[in-house]
Amino acid sequence: MNSEFTKLLEIIISASLINNFVFTRFLGLCIFFGVSKKMETAVGMSITFTAVMMVSAALSWVVFTQILVPLDITFLEIIVFIGIIAGLVQVSDTIMRKVSPGLYYKLGIYLALISTNCIILAVPLINAGEKYSFIQSLAFGLGSGLGFGLALVIMASIREKLELADVPAPFKGLPMAFVITGLIALAFTGFSGLITL
Amino acid sequence: MSSTSSTNLKDLILNGIVKENTIFKLALSLCPSIAVTNSLKNGIYMGIAVLFVQVMVNLTISLMRNIIHPKVRLPIFMLVISGWVTVTQLMMAAFVPDVYAKVGLYIALIVAFASILARAEMFASKNSIIPSMADGLGMGIGFLFALTTISFFRELVGKGSLTVPTGLSTQHVFTFINTKPLLIMILPAGGFLAVGILMALFNWINARYAAKSAHASH
Repeated sequence: MNSEFTKLLEIIISASLINNFVFTRFLGLCIFFGVSKKMETAVGMSITFTAVMMVSAALSWVVFTQILVPLDITFLEIIVFIGIIAGLVQVSDTIMRKVSPGLYYKLGIYLALISTNCIILAVPLINAGEKYSFIQSLAFGLGSGLGFGLALVIMASIREKLELADVPAPFKGLPMAFVITGLIALAFTGFSGLITL
Repeated sequence: MSSTSSTNLKDLILNGIVKENTIFKLALSLCPSIAVTNSLKNGIYMGIAVLFVQVMVNLTISLMRNIIHPKVRLPIFMLVISGWVTVTQLMMAAFVPDVYAKVGLYIALIVAFASILARAEMFASKNSIIPSMADGLGMGIGFLFALTTISFFRELVGKGSLTVPTGLSTQHVFTFINTKPLLIMILPAGGFLAVGILMALFNWINARYAAKSAHASH
């Protein structure tokens, strides 16, 4: 039980810091650069994202181990996972609109963006590849969501200051954001020896 | 984009390479532009995979455009895209296993490329087969061009030497820096730096070009 718990902790730390999706796996960059201009949107996106990520990790684990593996059709994983995610986003969109219009007003727009985010597809694919158990898949989803949220918040806080900085004309906007991300990524390589898996 | 019958095919192809270059101009589908560009070989194979998927998706959607109900078009587009990505994935796993071992995850993630879905939605679902394929070819080549440029730059500076894929193997071409290459460029962080610098370079060239033509017209 105890070692199981440490393993979970390791997965969460590894997914959020050491193998941070944005800085070391380079996924979800479109969304990362798109919504990191303002702190408020960055926080909203992180919350929505982490929630959807965990549910989709759980759902795709069930489908993968209970349907795809017994039937020996694991090569269909991409098609099945993208279907699950698109369906999940659609369903949570509808439910949220009915149950809590206030929350929908705040976070609804991020839901629509999420289905085009590659991290959301990468998590089930990596879960399947690593043969994680159900709880471990959930932990991996949580860690990835936290890591993505952390990246967004760091970036948003820098970019808000950057608005006032005097950047050379060709570097204005996206190129500068890339250079900054590179520097943060360099800092994140410092986490690489944090724990040994 | 609606008057397609008279549109020149060459213009369609050029549009994807220059005017609407996925990475440098639209800043879409950025993940692989950094993830797989630490060597020229990976960059080229990834570009070819995207090119193939883009052309085949456009072809399929264009063939099916009259029988897809508009309300369910997005799920159907996703299905078509993931079908072709699976084909690409299986082919790469069979023919270039060493590349696939490194870029496999990113091949699978071509499904989530905004650019491919966008071309299917904006172009292929409204146009006939030949222009759709030309459009796909242009977008694909533009992407391949961007990936090749980035990976060329990164490998040259980061490793100090260059290898090109010839058939299924690679061949060492020449050595650029003998003693100490800038290792950072092939590290993850270097990818961001390289794309940032190249984007700035593109902006700078564009600005110079625009300024020159504005000056000439006065």
